[in-house]
Amino acid sequence: MKANKLKTNDLILQFTAKIVFFIIFFFSIHIFFAGHYTPGGGFVGGLLTSSAIVLLVIAFDLKTVRKILPINYMYMTATGLILALATAAFPIFVGKPFFTHFFDYFDLPLFGKTSLHTAALFDLGVFLVVVGVTMTIIQTIGEDE
Amino acid sequence: MIEKILLVSLVLFMIAIALLLYRVIVGPSMPDRAIGLDTIGVNLISSIAIVSILLTTKAFLEAILILGILAFIGTIAFSKYIERGVIVERKSNR
Repeated sequence: MKANKLKTNDLILQFTAKIVFFIIFFFSIHIFFAGHYTPGGGFVGGLLTSSAIVLLVIAFDLKTVRKILPINYMYMTATGLILALATAAFPIFVGKPFFTHFFDYFDLPLFGKTSLHTAALFDLGVFLVVVGVTMTIIQTIGEDE
Repeated sequence: MIEKILLVSLVLFMIAIALLLYRVIVGPSMPDRAIGLDTIGVNLISSIAIVSILLTTKAFLEAILILGILAFIGTIAFSKYIERGVIVERKSNR
């Protein structure tokens, strides 16, 4: 099938993508933070975020999406790896074994009594790596003519 | 009683998926296959809901939402490929 040169108008697709992008993105944030007690976590959240960006890429084109989200996804992968490694290596400097996690309860404004766990930082690293790798693959394949 | 009804509806969904699989395999044109795959996704979502009622768990509700999102994006990608011959455009000609 060859690409036709007719002027096409994807009004419905682009309008739907603009709304559904935010639904998928906020759902992925929910999946990311719910990972400690319910199904979910960094990997599924990262895949959902990248699928939201893929929806934008399909509805618009690579150049527009790069203008909307000016992110170098390779740096994103590197940031995630450094974050995960730093979270895992931090206990060495306070005399605990590698990969020891800490948690405590804090009184945050607006949230009340919240338990914060360093496993969430490790999960954030996984999230960034998954989004970065997936978007790097899709951008690299999409740019190939 | 309710379990029997749920099992019967699960079997009916399986029959519907089998018929749609026939349409996906045999379907004379590509749009037939794309719509068949989309409808298989919807039927799978309904089957997951029934299974989660049968197992009395709420753990599959995220799976339902994720499957809906992925079926939506997959169908859009298929239909864009059928219409334009390319999924990811570098620069749209506007």
